[in-house]
Amino acid sequence: MEKNAGFMKALKCRECGREYPLTANHVCEFDFGPLEVVYDYDRIKQSLTRSAIQSRPKSMWRFRELLPVAGEPTVGLEVGCTPLLKADRLARRLGIRELWIKNDAVNYPTLSFKDRVVSVALSRARELGFTTVACASTGNLANSVAANAAAAGLKAYVFIPSDLEQSKVLNSLIYGGHVIGIKGHYDEVNRLCAEIAGKYPWAFVNVNMRPYYAEGSKSMGLEIVEQLGWRVPTNTVVCMASGSLLTKIHKSYQEAMKLGLAPEARPRIHGAQASGCSPISTAQKAGLDFFKPVKPNTIAKSLAIGTPADGFYALRVMKETNGAAEDVSDDQIREGIKLLAECEGIFAETAGGVTVGVAKKLIASGAIPADDSAVLCITGNGLKTLDAVVGHAGYTREIRPSLREFESLLEAEAPSLSPARS
Amino acid sequence: MAVKVRIPTPLRKLTHDEEIVLVSALTVGGAIAELQTRYPGIKERLTDDAGNVRRFVNVYVNEEDIRFLQNQETALKDGDEISIIPAIAGG
Repeated sequence: MEKNAGFMKALKCRECGREYPLTANHVCEFDFGPLEVVYDYDRIKQSLTRSAIQSRPKSMWRFRELLPVAGEPTVGLEVGCTPLLKADRLARRLGIRELWIKNDAVNYPTLSFKDRVVSVALSRARELGFTTVACASTGNLANSVAANAAAAGLKAYVFIPSDLEQSKVLNSLIYGGHVIGIKGHYDEVNRLCAEIAGKYPWAFVNVNMRPYYAEGSKSMGLEIVEQLGWRVPTNTVVCMASGSLLTKIHKSYQEAMKLGLAPEARPRIHGAQASGCSPISTAQKAGLDFFKPVKPNTIAKSLAIGTPADGFYALRVMKETNGAAEDVSDDQIREGIKLLAECEGIFAETAGGVTVGVAKKLIASGAIPADDSAVLCITGNGLKTLDAVVGHAGYTREIRPSLREFESLLEAEAPSLSPARS
Repeated sequence: MAVKVRIPTPLRKLTHDEEIVLVSALTVGGAIAELQTRYPGIKERLTDDAGNVRRFVNVYVNEEDIRFLQNQETALKDGDEISIIPAIAGG
């Protein structure tokens, strides 16, 4: 046991409450429930005030007391503090009074929210003495582990389904770590990684390091609260793969209120999935508190988890907060990507198309009232999933370098702009 | 009548390292009770105080999750296979 564990007290089983030391361990040996970090909130309250936060550098580590490392973080010091922008044009298109986009498509360094969880997991892995880090990933996590491990001088093994988008594969390979493509879907990659994690002394960020790793997602919610002027939003729409991000956004809002950083409110958390992999939204819509595992088939590969580890807790959060869930088809995902790009100039990956498409549905159905306000969490960058939009984003018209050719093109396409008509 | 039960690694301490155990019960609930008789202590690892299968323990009969069959009432026949799989992490 570490002498100084920072603001952490223990790991605790979310099911039976048994406590464990703060090691690399994610599962209760008695009932197999997931372990979660317990904090000393009394001490945190002394230290984490609005003015303390505002005096710190602009990164996710300004909320350091609520992130599970014992000492100072050593990996990913520049991660986070991505823009929260007021999306008036998209709000009009979706038919809602007020809309905000939390844009982790430009997170540092690998353009997805996964940099948040990885900087926590690798900082903690170092504290626990690991020199090799690993993960099971649908792509974004692999990119982030590979990049952050390279920068930190750690060895990396990343495991991905072998059919991922080319750019997600290259974005892992370029950092020089070991990239292993598994012939199977994510759930099979995950099961293999659970076996490897039991055998090799590696820090698997989302297996044995998962209690620390998952907490990193809270920083996205805490930043939203600060960027809204210390207010918890009424509606938040979050995409769901394992369901972990949704539960941690909720937890971050609860913590912000508990610590007095934001006034009490009743935030509703809504979940978004792709119809081709919708175990959580299907269960939520059917009013079930458990889900049926599925075999994924969707262009939103970063969300293609058929057996979501936090599915149960995500369902519980939506139920408790009066949140809704929806899912969208591949065409609706592409439409969501285009809407966000055309209205706000943000190119999100397929998961972002899922979030926008689901928000559109929830606003149209009244689940999110039109006179209300909502935050959409955009988690990854469109440049990584180009395959999904090739052939769906319009086309270039080629002409010779001739003014006459340009003007006849304009005359044909947009006569009102053509000087010939004026 | 014999039904195969696959025991996951974390529970094999209780089954003296047996990976596959044969039972003759007629339902999943009966199979759990039979396991408990032979390997005392295994039931409380699989079910909660109310007797329901724990949330992070998945029980499959021939690859189908028993929550989509008749839970512990699910009938068993000769040659069926029960898999007990603790939920895994990831994501």
